[in-house]
Amino acid sequence: MLQEWVIVLTSFAYLGLLFAIAYYADQRADRGRSVIASPYIYSLSLAVYATAWTFYGSVGRAAIDGVGFLPIYLGPTLMIALWWIVMRKILRISKQNRITSLADFVASRYGKSALLGGTVTVIAVIGIVPYISLQLKAVSSSFTILLHYPQIVMPADVGAGPILHDTALWVALILALFTILFGTRHLYSAEHHEGMVAAIAFESLVKLLAFIAVGAFVTFGVFNGFGDVFSRAADDLKLLPMLTPIEGVAGSYASWVWLTILSMLAIMFLPRQFQVTVIENVDEQHLRKAIWLFPVYMVAINVFVLPLAFGGRLLFAGGSVDADTFVLAIPMLQKQELLALFVFIGGLSAATGMVIVETIALSTMVCNDLVMPVLLRMRRLALPRRRDLTWLLLGIRRTAIVLILLLGYLYFRLAGEAYALVSIGLISFAAVAQFAPAVLGGIFWKGATRRGAFCGLLAGFGVWLYTLLLPALARSDWLPRHLVENGPFGVTLLKPLELFGLTGLDQTTHAMIWSMIANVGAYVTVSLLDTPRVEDHRQASLFVDVFRRDASGARFWRGTASVPDLYSVLARFLGAESAEAAFASYARARGGTWPDPKLEADAELVDAVETQLAGAIGAASARIMVASVVKEEALTLEEVRAILDEASQVVEYSHRLEQKSRELEEATAELKAANERLKELDRMKDDFISTVTHELRTPLTSIRAFAEILLDDPDMAIPERRRFLGIIARETERLTRMINQVLDLAKIESGRAEWSISDVDVREVIGDAVATTSQLFKEKQVALRAEMGPALPFVRVDRDRLMQVLLNLLSNAVKFCDRPDSKVEIAARVEDGELRVDVSDNGPGISPPDRETIFEKFRQVGDALTDKPQGTGLGLPISRHIIEHFGGKIWVESEVGRGSTFSFTLPLRSERTGESSSALTTAK
Amino acid sequence: MAHKILIADDEPNIVLSLEFLMKREGYEVHVAENGDDALARVAEVMPDLVLLDVMLPRRSGYDVCQQIRANPDWRGVKVLMLTAKGRDTEMQKGLALGADAYITKPFATKELVARVKQLLGEPT
Repeated sequence: MLQEWVIVLTSFAYLGLLFAIAYYADQRADRGRSVIASPYIYSLSLAVYATAWTFYGSVGRAAIDGVGFLPIYLGPTLMIALWWIVMRKILRISKQNRITSLADFVASRYGKSALLGGTVTVIAVIGIVPYISLQLKAVSSSFTILLHYPQIVMPADVGAGPILHDTALWVALILALFTILFGTRHLYSAEHHEGMVAAIAFESLVKLLAFIAVGAFVTFGVFNGFGDVFSRAADDLKLLPMLTPIEGVAGSYASWVWLTILSMLAIMFLPRQFQVTVIENVDEQHLRKAIWLFPVYMVAINVFVLPLAFGGRLLFAGGSVDADTFVLAIPMLQKQELLALFVFIGGLSAATGMVIVETIALSTMVCNDLVMPVLLRMRRLALPRRRDLTWLLLGIRRTAIVLILLLGYLYFRLAGEAYALVSIGLISFAAVAQFAPAVLGGIFWKGATRRGAFCGLLAGFGVWLYTLLLPALARSDWLPRHLVENGPFGVTLLKPLELFGLTGLDQTTHAMIWSMIANVGAYVTVSLLDTPRVEDHRQASLFVDVFRRDASGARFWRGTASVPDLYSVLARFLGAESAEAAFASYARARGGTWPDPKLEADAELVDAVETQLAGAIGAASARIMVASVVKEEALTLEEVRAILDEASQVVEYSHRLEQKSRELEEATAELKAANERLKELDRMKDDFISTVTHELRTPLTSIRAFAEILLDDPDMAIPERRRFLGIIARETERLTRMINQVLDLAKIESGRAEWSISDVDVREVIGDAVATTSQLFKEKQVALRAEMGPALPFVRVDRDRLMQVLLNLLSNAVKFCDRPDSKVEIAARVEDGELRVDVSDNGPGISPPDRETIFEKFRQVGDALTDKPQGTGLGLPISRHIIEHFGGKIWVESEVGRGSTFSFTLPLRSERTGESSSALTTAK
Repeated sequence: MAHKILIADDEPNIVLSLEFLMKREGYEVHVAENGDDALARVAEVMPDLVLLDVMLPRRSGYDVCQQIRANPDWRGVKVLMLTAKGRDTEMQKGLALGADAYITKPFATKELVARVKQLLGEPT
């Protein structure tokens, strides 16, 4: 069933489906209903990381190295955890500066340097070509293998045919056509290739499903689950070492670590990853979900790698079948035609996705950062004066796509067969890793300069060429082998695989160590020695401080320009329609309309036009174009520094303003609180006065009423007259007492009371109080008992005040006694290092809420059951003040119907022992 | 038939003086010592006038006044409020709640008697 036409037709049908998805997404985008504005689509599109290399190569590597394939996937998983810090910043910078590619990013950061952009582009193209060839190899190999079904024949044994019968060439050309359709129908590269992203997200799903399908088939269909595969592998002497820990399998720890670092950098700096992660990103917040979704995808696509690898080794024990083809070969061996076809489609899918995104990213770089700057500088072409240049841009990009794919094919013909898939991929990884110092340094270190970045890139790339690409070419016999084996001119120290005598490492680790030393070393050293140029300074500040400053570059521009010039330069590259829209939105944002004859060609407009232009042709080219239509006055370095300083001073100033206003707010809040407290105090004073007046008016009322009654009736009977006069006398007394207590309380509360503190014998004071109140107790027929411990210590108090408290408590107790068997008991003892006095009665008791309030002013407990108690309602508050003044506590315990106990404590004299010993001395 | 006066106050001496004054004018006098008691006595004896202290235990004089005014059967009951708190706001509050008159303590006995008579529609 798997005839050639079936495979070809299925492949085209699949590519057609991808294209339909892309077309649909583009249509939706044009109508403003984006399908890619979703964190899930975004995360799936990131999975373009998994290429045919993952699809076939992971199993290939695992079949030789065991878990050695893992660092390629651990790296991205680790890196993405840091993305909220690193990638968010790159995203923000890229959006603000309308960055179109990785090369554009580097060029823009280092003073919009066309040279730097070009260098990055060249490195990227040379570095990525092997990677693209790898995809071509994977597709053509899998096609060839599938074609020979039911036999399992390795492509290497078939041999390369004439070029025109070479599948890889046709694959390259077809993919070029598709890429052109996907990526260069529109021009504006800072806008999103929505269709492409949607197709990539779909493609990521297909390859994942295909891989899981074959993995599950082998694990559960051919074998009996994971346990079965692993235990059979453990029984095989050749496979056993792969199950043992890392050192036995994947070389040294060094290579494990470096592979992880390498793939950490690859996930950021592969041009296609930068394209989907940064350029195609529509919402910074999508990062949040991607940070955990992407690792989940990585896990899912790796689960079946080991079972497939071991399964392949067990099934094809002879070693005649290349491990890189296990994924396809196993279903073919099991005569699963449909599954094999699905696997082929999965691999095709992985390869297609990678090639499309990678070549679009590269073609943008080639166009914006390599070709355009050169063309614009050629005066003979007079490009800046041509009317419409959009056709030129598209033409360059399309040509670049075709050329890059042909280069990939060329590398495949030249060197492809000599290497396993993984090794080819790692060569590319190591190349793009060279961008890391310039990019990461560029967003965190203001001191990095253009020359530093340039030297670093060249040094790192030079080492890469020498230690990785040169041996690859030599191994394919395109360069003399002795160059690698003996070193150039026989100098062993320069052997490309053992540079300066560094041995014992695998090729990639060796290359990474040397290239990173060279790259970072040159980058840092030259930057430190260099004097930054004006443009360096300004862009460094715009990039590094992207979260802090006003991002506009306008404040760095001075010169004269005209609106029509600016408009026409934009129209030439974007087309009249887009230019019109751009100017209209600029005018709208400033509250005007377009066209507006009064629109000023000021620094802001120039900056806006340059940024728009950068979105189409890159920062470096945009700079050249804008410079050609405006008259600029060069700013000196001092001026730029001054602007930056001024800006930082403004920032500093506004910080201080914020600080001040915060302080003011705090002060205001404090004032408010103080005012509230004062108001509260005022209200309390009002209440107090109102209560006092009330309390004073009450006896006055009786006094006045009876006085008037007596006055009106001179003939009143004597007993009645006596009675009324008695009331008047008692009420007058009450009034006097109350006035005294109010004054007393006021004095204590305001701290103006005089205290004559001395050592006081508590026994003696209690005895005195009992004697004073005995008459009162007799009158009411209440028993009073005093119980005191034998040796009560002295306390340091005001004797009269203590007496006042005791009298108050005793008279309160007797006042509430209302039963025939009423009794009151006063007891004193030392407890817990304090003197404690209790006054207990068996009166009516006090309800819980009243227990809280009786110590407040004018809060007598009275209800209709008893008469309103005699008293002022000030006795207990005064007692509390006195006891607290002595450093003690006063409280009440009570049970309703059983009686109450008022207790207070007084601290004992701390120097008591000293006093007593001095007393002893005196006694001698 | 003599008018019935209810005295609602919790100060025994003030009650005593009011009782004396009212009896001297020939009224029939009843006494209540707290707010609940006052309402009970109103229902019981249907007084023509209540001398109502504001600061009553259990239920304030304002509350008692409101309850009296809320009952249509007691529409004829006059309320004369007495208070030792002489602020204007309290006076207004009492009148707003439906008291017929308001006198602050300490009061002039003649004025009190005159207001009572006036409220009862007797010649002063």
